[in-house]
Amino acid sequence: MASIDAALLDFQRLDRLAAGTSALHRLDPRAKVLVVLVFLVSVISFGRYQVSALVPFFVFPAALIGLADLPAGYLARKVALLCPFALVVGVFNPLLDTDIQLYLGPVAISGGWLSFASILVRTLLTVSAALILLATTGFPAICRALEQLGMPKVFAVQLLFLYRYLFVLAEEGGRAARARELRSFGTKGQGVSSYSSLIATLLLKTWLRAERIHMAMLARGFTGAFQIRQNYRFGRAELLYLCGWSALFILLRLTNPAELLGSLVTGLFS
Amino acid sequence: MSHHIVAVKNLRHVYPDGTEALRDVSFRIHHGESVAIIGANGAGKSTLLLHLNGYLAPTSGEIQIGDFPLNKGTLPQIRRTVGMVFQDPDDQLFMPTVYDDVAFGPLNLGLSGGDLDRCVIEALERVGARHLVEKAPYHLSGGEKRRVAVATVLSMSPDILVLDEPTNGLDPYSRRQLIALLKEFRHTRIFTSHDLDMVLDLCERTIVLKDGEVRADGPTLEIFQDRELLEECRLEKPLSLQGCPVCGTRR
Repeated sequence: MASIDAALLDFQRLDRLAAGTSALHRLDPRAKVLVVLVFLVSVISFGRYQVSALVPFFVFPAALIGLADLPAGYLARKVALLCPFALVVGVFNPLLDTDIQLYLGPVAISGGWLSFASILVRTLLTVSAALILLATTGFPAICRALEQLGMPKVFAVQLLFLYRYLFVLAEEGGRAARARELRSFGTKGQGVSSYSSLIATLLLKTWLRAERIHMAMLARGFTGAFQIRQNYRFGRAELLYLCGWSALFILLRLTNPAELLGSLVTGLFS
Repeated sequence: MSHHIVAVKNLRHVYPDGTEALRDVSFRIHHGESVAIIGANGAGKSTLLLHLNGYLAPTSGEIQIGDFPLNKGTLPQIRRTVGMVFQDPDDQLFMPTVYDDVAFGPLNLGLSGGDLDRCVIEALERVGARHLVEKAPYHLSGGEKRRVAVATVLSMSPDILVLDEPTNGLDPYSRRQLIALLKEFRHTRIFTSHDLDMVLDLCERTIVLKDGEVRADGPTLEIFQDRELLEECRLEKPLSLQGCPVCGTRR
């Protein structure tokens, strides 16, 4: 279970990063959430064979990492962790789609390879943007921002609780798994069936804990609505941040600077 | 409210599965008293505590907190009067940061802005946890969690404090710190604990529960001298009242 514990610790580091004090950290979370949304929509809305047009979008994560002074290596490892999923999604494309789309000098590139590359690039972009948002804003603030932007309160509360008790649940699960492991003496123990009862116990424990938490909330005057303190203001800096990035993304979406640059260079030489 | 009394009369509680957790419990705790409720596992301590802020409703019997009998109508007022600190601080600290957690009660009471800030900071200073204000609960140590849990209740300025096993799972130093802190309070205090040395330090009066009934109720020292009574209730003398293992074997 050491791996789960380690993963948790690593996750908590992301949380501590969010406590930073850079100008980016201090922006109203709503602005940051909206910019990431525009970014995601722009990146995802490209055609399936687009690769070159996506590359300029890397300016966004790169700029934010610089501005907020985030550890790039750490974030890269986190992004790399999710890459296998993208690989699985795209791995059959080169086999299924063999139409030639493009010639790189003498090398013919099929549509499958292009779409595969496109999926990878998009994953890198979207996952890094989400992680950076988390590392500069923090999960609770993101939830609050989403709520202020119109997400139903119930979902916001659910997300907050999920995040708060993820750590507790993982610890509890880790302990139960360790107890099982220690009593199965290096063999498979009772096999899969012991896991099913383990998960059932975990569910029941969660249930009981939920009841106790509810009790603690009632004891402190909870009446069904979360009162939330406000300490952010959507000011000029936020407006500038939102409009600036959004304009850039839309520009990058509508034109293809990489291609423009390419044709400019080849035009010069021809 | 002038008198922060807690009066329980012929309290009986039967759980839906038929377990009779409390048979017939009566006592009266006066303003400013510090009382321990002790007993073996399953004696009914936790069930009793859950009645004191109306989380469980009595099967029969009456509870009076301050000037009000406990019923549906008086529940909000009573929950404000009785500050309850649960056994597992992870249950008590459910908000994303310590600030939010301590502010949860006052926000529900309608505080906001500067008043709220002052109230939260004051409560945290009271328990020596001012520096933890922006931390997330899952980044705290056991002792810190416990102190913050006490602060979440203090911020609502309750008249009566109820603590379920407050020193459970603390290292000796954190335990000492917590006991010193609890000693300073002038609230009416009710504890349950298996830490009988803490009881000796903090409570002048002790109520012993056995099988859902009050077996004894009196001055703490007197009860802890009664060996037969303690043995009958599956308890034993606090270590500080037992003989020194090196220089003597007085028991």
